[in-house]
Amino acid sequence: MNRRLLGLAALALVPVLVLVAFFVVPVAAMLQLGFWPDGELDVAGVLEVLTRDRTVRVLLFTLGSATAGTVLSVLLGLPAAYVLHRTALPLRRVVRALLLVPFVLPTVVVGVAFRQLLGEGGPLGPLGLDATPVAIVLGLVFFNVAVVIRVVGSAWESLDERAGQAAATLGAAPWTVLRTVTLPRLRPAIVSAATVVFLFCSTAFGVVLTLGGPRYATVETEIYLLTVQVFDLQAAAALSVLQLVVVAVLLVAAQRTRVSAPVAREASRARPVTRADAVPVTATLLVLLYVALPIAALVAGSLRVAGEWSLGNYAALDTTGERTSLLVPVTEALANSLRTAVDATWMALGTGLLVALVVTRRSRSRVERRVRGVLDGFFMLPLGVSAVTLGFGFLVALDQPPLDLRDSPLLVPIAQALVALPLVVRTLVPVLSGIDDRQRQAAASLGAGPLRTLTTVDVPVLWRPMLAGAGFAFAASLGEFGATSFLARAEAPTLPVVIFRLLGTPGQMNYGMALAASVVLAATTALVMLLVERLRVPSLGAL
Amino acid sequence: MKSSLSVTLVAALLAGCSLTGGSSDEQSTAEDGTTPGEVVLVTHESFNLPKPLVKQFEEESGLDLEIRSAGDAGALTTRLAVTADNPTGDVAFGVDNTFASRALEEDVFDTLDVELPAGADDYVLPGDDGQRLAPVDNGNVCVNVDATWFEERDLAPPESLDDLADPAYEGLFVTPSALSSSPGLAFLLATVAAYGEDWPTYWEDLLANDALVVDGWTDAYYGDFTQGGEGGTRPIVLSYDSSPAFTVPKGSDESTTEALLDTCFRQVEYAGVLAGAANPEGGRELVEFLLGEDVQAALPGSMYVFPVRDGVALPEEWAAHAEQPADPYAVDPDEIAANRDAWLEEWRDLVTG
Repeated sequence: MNRRLLGLAALALVPVLVLVAFFVVPVAAMLQLGFWPDGELDVAGVLEVLTRDRTVRVLLFTLGSATAGTVLSVLLGLPAAYVLHRTALPLRRVVRALLLVPFVLPTVVVGVAFRQLLGEGGPLGPLGLDATPVAIVLGLVFFNVAVVIRVVGSAWESLDERAGQAAATLGAAPWTVLRTVTLPRLRPAIVSAATVVFLFCSTAFGVVLTLGGPRYATVETEIYLLTVQVFDLQAAAALSVLQLVVVAVLLVAAQRTRVSAPVAREASRARPVTRADAVPVTATLLVLLYVALPIAALVAGSLRVAGEWSLGNYAALDTTGERTSLLVPVTEALANSLRTAVDATWMALGTGLLVALVVTRRSRSRVERRVRGVLDGFFMLPLGVSAVTLGFGFLVALDQPPLDLRDSPLLVPIAQALVALPLVVRTLVPVLSGIDDRQRQAAASLGAGPLRTLTTVDVPVLWRPMLAGAGFAFAASLGEFGATSFLARAEAPTLPVVIFRLLGTPGQMNYGMALAASVVLAATTALVMLLVERLRVPSLGAL
Repeated sequence: MKSSLSVTLVAALLAGCSLTGGSSDEQSTAEDGTTPGEVVLVTHESFNLPKPLVKQFEEESGLDLEIRSAGDAGALTTRLAVTADNPTGDVAFGVDNTFASRALEEDVFDTLDVELPAGADDYVLPGDDGQRLAPVDNGNVCVNVDATWFEERDLAPPESLDDLADPAYEGLFVTPSALSSSPGLAFLLATVAAYGEDWPTYWEDLLANDALVVDGWTDAYYGDFTQGGEGGTRPIVLSYDSSPAFTVPKGSDESTTEALLDTCFRQVEYAGVLAGAANPEGGRELVEFLLGEDVQAALPGSMYVFPVRDGVALPEEWAAHAEQPADPYAVDPDEIAANRDAWLEEWRDLVTG
């Protein structure tokens, strides 16, 4: 083993250990319960599950809806990424922050909002979309279009314009420039974003249940039903393995298409919106409308008490609800959420940075490249496993010292950091891999040590995507419900857990409070994202 | 300037509340690492014991009460089953009669030496006879109707399960899915109890009458029921016997909704001491406390369920508006255990067509 590989191993050690302890071991423990039902390996039983007609149907529906959701998210997200990150559209920062809001809304709340729009009595009711696959795909896009805008947008923002300008000078029409110069160079970021979105779509849970009704099942909802309702751990394990295999195949495929050429970067100046931007601007406004409609329905609902406009629901947020439905007031749950999100963010950011550094350093040998490729995919895997499997896995596996964490307050942020980790990695990797390695070599040949090279070459470029990644991780943590609902302590619930509880308890006031609390959650996220947007400014000088 | 303000804000946020900061954990761990003075209750997300009662228990017993909640009743049961060898607490509360057989099969509970209060005998789990599970509360899943809606249209509301399949009530009923919701499952069991082997035929009629099946109770009640959120279009919904107590408009003494007492399925929630508990003695004390008068009286207010103990006074609205059915539908737990999956599969085929 040469020194480079040793260095790689040292850098990879911490994130690999983290992932083994908090992902591999817990998931393996749940799989073990399924594969060895009575202490004996039962492969036949597992294979039987995979050959059921229903399993095939569920798998096809998962792939189909996730593909549709991803394609639509990319198609809608690209023009918006351009407009919001390259042009000087008024209020673009605010719009950028607002578009991230859906990402953190509890799915059950969005489900109710969507159903009020699409349902029998809703304004879009006549379209007959309620409980159809179309409704599911619309819901998936609602949640994920922001991922495309963010990931592609931050790559687009730092894309060197000169190549495009040269092409334009040589007579290329804007469309040709876009097709032949810009898009190919954005490809790593687009593939990155699409991969993440596909993983999110294919493991979506609440959206599918709420908007699809009992008619449509995905692998994820099926694993939940099999684990919790039917307690068929064998079938659940079979589907979990299937899910992991599909995700692994997808990641390998994405890896192949992501091959990127080094891209010279420079700080680009936002340019004024011109008539030529009419199409993307219109598309962006449509995206905004699309995202705003359910949110507007939510806000309107939160402002109504007993059929009248009122702030009563908000005033009630520092109480424990109608007839003390909650153990702690909503405001305290918000504080819990913020604390947890801070912890999840530093965990995800620290680990994610190490991972991104490991996987993007230019490889000198085939073995090295392969090792990096495997690592890259490995850290994406948590997105491909169901929250139920992970949540119960924590309880089953982390019950012995030194990792007896079942009762630890750290368990929730750890689980949320795992969910956020791929987002952070996918935000950092395209940028890091876009740095020309010759810059590092030049720095090294001028006598800079590895640390100096890092601070002078990588850090200045990394600063912005780091903040974007932090914002993402923070938002993902604020909105995470799946794993949290299994792990949160009763006396320290997070905001989504409290919202879910309010929604599940009778009483008009509780319903109103749930809507108001959702608006608060959304507003908090928007605020955090606005702060991140502001913090991005000073870094420009460093470029 | 503005950006430096943001930096300060973020820095303050980071510094102020990282890690376990703000948690009100009072470490009660004794010097030898054990926690003899603590009892841990594992329960579902709807559990809610008013703070004064928690304090009362802690003072009376000298034990710290820690509550850990995990998902719904199904998730709770799965949690108990997968941690059966090494439980995450001393007592579990919230396993109900539709899930109890699973917990007993997995040997989750220890035997329970607790004397049941008068009245509780009526609710013990058949086949267990209070050996391992003590009934703590009960409630019924019943079809509810929007009384005002029917009044306005001069239409008599339905009364029975049969009525729901009557063309007069076409397109008016919404119910949560039996697959993903516990009241939904209870309603399926009610139809099994009512129609025996013919229940699938009843469901065919129900669906032919344009009954709407949605994901969960929240969805049905707040999304589609005319007395739930705004914009609901269906005046008949599956809910609870206690729901009418929550739809009494301010200044009125009459509820706008009504539970159909001939359509109900009874749910009983149990508590038990977990096998392998660190503090089984404390666990027993806690179960006794849950059966005591104070907690029993608080159940309607905090968990929307009825006490099992005789002679406990109900809150005013409940006494006036939450009537319990005299003779709800019931299915034997052993029969549920044996057929549950087959029923659910058949139901799924019917509903998904």
